[in-house]
Amino acid sequence: MGEKIATRNAYGMALAELAPKYPELVCFDADLAGATMSKFFKEACPERFFDMGIAECNMAGVAAGMATCGFKPFINSFAMFSAGRAWEQVRNSIAYPGLNVKVVGSHGGLSVGEDGATHQCIEDFALMRAIPGMMVLCPCDGYEMKQAVQALVEYEGPAYMRLGRLAVETVTDEIPGYKFELGKGVTLRDGKDVTIIAVGMNVQMSLKAAELLEKEGISARVIDMHTIKPLDEELVLKAAKETGAIVTSEEANILGGLGAAVCELLSEKCPTPVVRHGVKDEFGRSGAAPKVLEAYGITAEAIAEKAKQAIALKK
Amino acid sequence: MDTSTRNSLAITAAKARLLGVEMVYRAQSGHPGGSLSCMDVLTELYFRVMKVDPKDPKNPDRDRFVMSKGHCSPAVYPVLALRGFFPVENLKMFRSIDGHMSGHVEMKYNPGVDMSTGSLGQGVSTAVGMALAGKVAKKDYRVYAILGDGELAEGQVWEAMMSAAKYKLDNLCITVDVNGLQIDGPTAEVMPTEPLDKKFEAFGWHVVKVDGHDFDAIEDAFNEAKNVKGQPTVLLAKTVKGKGVSYMENNAGWHGKAPNDEQFAQAKAELEAQIKELEGK
Repeated sequence: MGEKIATRNAYGMALAELAPKYPELVCFDADLAGATMSKFFKEACPERFFDMGIAECNMAGVAAGMATCGFKPFINSFAMFSAGRAWEQVRNSIAYPGLNVKVVGSHGGLSVGEDGATHQCIEDFALMRAIPGMMVLCPCDGYEMKQAVQALVEYEGPAYMRLGRLAVETVTDEIPGYKFELGKGVTLRDGKDVTIIAVGMNVQMSLKAAELLEKEGISARVIDMHTIKPLDEELVLKAAKETGAIVTSEEANILGGLGAAVCELLSEKCPTPVVRHGVKDEFGRSGAAPKVLEAYGITAEAIAEKAKQAIALKK
Repeated sequence: MDTSTRNSLAITAAKARLLGVEMVYRAQSGHPGGSLSCMDVLTELYFRVMKVDPKDPKNPDRDRFVMSKGHCSPAVYPVLALRGFFPVENLKMFRSIDGHMSGHVEMKYNPGVDMSTGSLGQGVSTAVGMALAGKVAKKDYRVYAILGDGELAEGQVWEAMMSAAKYKLDNLCITVDVNGLQIDGPTAEVMPTEPLDKKFEAFGWHVVKVDGHDFDAIEDAFNEAKNVKGQPTVLLAKTVKGKGVSYMENNAGWHGKAPNDEQFAQAKAELEAQIKELEGK
């Protein structure tokens, strides 16, 4: 517990570690290997690493072609470009034919920091979720990421995974019986008054929010929903029934991502007050990452506030 | 090639043209113009050049083909049917909700199709990926693709060209179907792409110019490509849009339009006459 590592680093190391075991594993980057951390794979297995230059659309297509020949390609760039610029290639060349390509987007969300709005992708969850059959995930820490990479290598089909830029505290390693499973959320902390369903580094913030709430006598459950699609419906419905109020938290636009997925489910199957926490449909801007996050309300304190709003909405 | 081989290819291509036009007529939608222009190249590929086995369409050692201009499904599906990948009867499901023969070339439900395409510029990247896979897996299969000349305006095509040259994909041979017309009119007016030979040469490709309706010349060009080492090859195939149906020839209006009853009857009569004449030779 407590080790700080960026999920992009954990990802790169995990993928490199799997290279010898999976001869069909191939890795692509678009001139960002040193930032996406695909460089670890490049160092471990240069003959199966391909730098496609600053050409993400072609990278997605070449990976699709390789997948038709039995390879397992992982393509890497910033979330803005792998999910954004190459969106239509991911849809038509990868997802529509159901090819086994893993699309990886590092530097997701506002925590890109100084580079500003052009590189702060807050739309990737919505973009990728909207593609039929596309799995979407974003592990919260290094420990979880390592297991997610292993699971993705074994999973046959298209998937999108977001990685974070910042070093984040490891929290899942001390959960008793923790086992990563695609499509299954994890209850990190139990509670009865409200449930915070979070993804990515907002999971750590939500755990802090739960502590803040505890001081005010509010018992908050925290769920790490590393897989946004397919959503762990059973776990969400159980939380809705047992706690009666939900907060969703993500470092992404509140439109179309985890919050939307939870609202869509609950409105149809178990109407429950949901308050969405995330980026309020606006572009980010430059600044040191912690300052940007604070400016946009991506903080534990803001999540605690949302939790109180959700509780107030209970009938 | 000998006279009977050449004649047989011409008959097959004419039959494929008739099937293609009939599909579009039956569905009352589809893209006859560009399908007819590339039919001779496609026939040469599937009946002479490519190592494929209709009984084993997923064989990992087979040659691959990608129709990057995926709207030319009325070329691909008939040629695959005539080659024996599926019954000609299947063509009746073209663009129909009752079947799975999608308007643009589709791989999941149609045996023999190596890649689903339709969004222009994307197919050629997947062909690069298949060729790269062949290199990594140390297999000696070859990869073929057909692109439209209008499609070359897509930036992704040139990203793909650079990457194929970088990885020295001499197992890749693409054909540009230079029929000179696209939906909005002459390619030279919509978005000029010439000089194509100089462009591809500058991107590191071996270039062969060929008459896209001359089977001997096409076969020679594909054979030349097989002997090129260290770089991919592009055939710039000069063709006639709408080839084989008089009123569709060199007419951009037939890019994506279905013939009516009368027009289909004429097309059918013309193509049947061609087949009859070739069979009499």
